[in-house]
Amino acid sequence: MTSRIVEVRRDVLKKNDLLARELRRRFDAAGVFVVSLVSSPGSGKTTLLEHTLRALAPRARVAALVGDLATERDADRLRRAGVPVRQITTGTVCHLDAEMVGTALAGWDLASLDFVFIENVGNLVCPSSYDLGEHLRVVLLSVTEGEDKPLKYPTIFNTADIAVITKNDLATAADFNRAEALRNIDELRPGLEVLEVSARTGAGMSSWVQRLELTRATQVTSAATVDHG
Amino acid sequence: MHELSIAMELIDVASEELIRLGGAHVTAVRLRVGPLSGVVKEALRFSFDAAVTGTPLEGARLHIEDVPVSVWCATCDSERELVDVTRRRCPACHSVTPRLMHGDELELAGLEIQDA
Repeated sequence: MTSRIVEVRRDVLKKNDLLARELRRRFDAAGVFVVSLVSSPGSGKTTLLEHTLRALAPRARVAALVGDLATERDADRLRRAGVPVRQITTGTVCHLDAEMVGTALAGWDLASLDFVFIENVGNLVCPSSYDLGEHLRVVLLSVTEGEDKPLKYPTIFNTADIAVITKNDLATAADFNRAEALRNIDELRPGLEVLEVSARTGAGMSSWVQRLELTRATQVTSAATVDHG
Repeated sequence: MHELSIAMELIDVASEELIRLGGAHVTAVRLRVGPLSGVVKEALRFSFDAAVTGTPLEGARLHIEDVPVSVWCATCDSERELVDVTRRRCPACHSVTPRLMHGDELELAGLEIQDA
């Protein structure tokens, strides 16, 4: 029996990355803009999404996928916005991956949608490793979590395209130091765009929704000009 | 804890490489991991040792090589290693360095293979 040492160079998550790339190609071909939301449990992903779906529904065709370890509770809440919603129940898995997203989308006519939102499992660690094929990854930070959250979880903030500070109506009660939070985010990810909202009072929601619509318009136009072969 | 999923992916990728290289068994795996990969090394080791059972990697050792976080500093016109991953600034000239070069790797780098 002989032994040999071989150099290889393989990305461990290549399979997920390839599936994600294929999803993104399908999204682009269908002209649908896909946004994922990541945060710790309890940062307000479902509430923000519920209000976002309601705001967009009169003007755009929207749908959502929502990941949780168990229960259909979030999907039930989101369905009240009157749009198609599917729950992805992961069992014990702490994150969504591209394959779960692909499976959950089965049967939906992507070309008949303008936006698909993907609410990841509440977790600030594991989701960062998995590309879901989304165009925009949004990380949420609620004012009740503390200004130093970005420094404690650099990985997820490093993979996000935009950060949203949620529950702004509670900022005073939570003694939230806004300047410090913004400084921490900017030290960690210089230039990362930050929006501040309160889904409950509606403050900041129109800028957020406008930002989504604008980004979608840009994305769809640029995807249409790219030949995906 | 997604290290078990990662360990299983790693075993799949290594098994594919083993077939491609025409070997019989993997006795060691060398993995490059950056601090921004989101992987906890200890959890990965634990998961790996459990997940190799019954695979061509059974009993294989896992060597984890740390990949430092580096950024591109436009001012210095060179790649710089970050000491503190929470401050994306050039350690030499202190300019802001948004561009990440390394540190999010999760890469199979080498295998020790036994031929039949």
